[in-house]
Amino acid sequence: MVTEAQVWDALAQIPDPEIPVISLVDLGVVRDIDIDDRRVRIEFTPTFLGCPALEVMRDAMADSIRALGAQPEIQVLLDDSWSTDRITAEGREKLRASGFAPPSPRGTAAPPLVQLQSNAHRCPYCGSTETRLENIFGPTPCRSLRYCASCKQPFEQFKTI
Amino acid sequence: MNEEVQRTLLEIADDELILGWRDSEWTGIAPLLEEDVAFSSIAQNEIGHARALYELVARERGTTADELAFDRSPDEYRCAQIVELRLLDWAQTIARHYLYEEADAIRLEQLKQSDDAEIAGLAAKIDREEVYHRMHAQMWHERLQNEPRYLVAVEELRPLLEQRGEHTAELPELWEEMTMVRRSQPAGTKW
Repeated sequence: MVTEAQVWDALAQIPDPEIPVISLVDLGVVRDIDIDDRRVRIEFTPTFLGCPALEVMRDAMADSIRALGAQPEIQVLLDDSWSTDRITAEGREKLRASGFAPPSPRGTAAPPLVQLQSNAHRCPYCGSTETRLENIFGPTPCRSLRYCASCKQPFEQFKTI
Repeated sequence: MNEEVQRTLLEIADDELILGWRDSEWTGIAPLLEEDVAFSSIAQNEIGHARALYELVARERGTTADELAFDRSPDEYRCAQIVELRLLDWAQTIARHYLYEEADAIRLEQLKQSDDAEIAGLAAKIDREEVYHRMHAQMWHERLQNEPRYLVAVEELRPLLEQRGEHTAELPELWEEMTMVRRSQPAGTKW
């Protein structure tokens, strides 16, 4: 019989399909694991509803459970329990180290436009806060584009949702 | 989930699907590259919202999100006329975007108060993403708000937010394109 720790370890090996530097566990999309004999049930909270990576994530989780010799049951929760605050501290550091500025903390609400347009966001390359918003939208719906005036480097900023 | 709630969810899902389709038409031809990116992302979000809403209704009706999205006849769609139009004018496109996002925000606030926890939760999740659509619409609204062409477009399009049930001639044309691939194979084909 598999243990919960084995399942968490297996899921932590699965890279995010679009940003492979972080794992699904770092991303915070696994809400709960429930083991009943050979059946492993995973509660999975999607990030963005239109994200094309969701099916890939679901299939990858199912494959990894089967590789442990158990029978997967992936339950997709379309509730409001995922926010960018669920990305782990380790996940945020991995993002930053790869040139993606991690999302700012959500607090009680998403940041207003004035905050996005301010220079409160830090460049993941040089650490300067002399950055400006280039586009609210980026290569995927979860990212914005910013530009660092200090090191002259454009970079991708995770949206806070 | 009663019939009335299902119809409300379908209205919203249809709006988001059809608008998502129309927004995607700007991919590659927007006046600024930044807007190719923005409208493509917005379209992707809207269609994702439509899918999640269709899934809730599909479960109640013993069908699938795809069947609800593509296998109904154009008459059966419940979308508002404002999302049906193929707009190739930038001022009109921004006018629609601004009007739609403002109206959608009010509707989502109501849905977030639903007694059905699943509906309220999904509405809250959708709203997290819509915040960014509203920011984008607001930014363009501020940029264009003194342009006569834009103001005319807002006034012309505003009444179409309320026009639901009767369709424009553009919906059947869009439906033909949208369902072409799906209709090329017999019903029930596994894609």
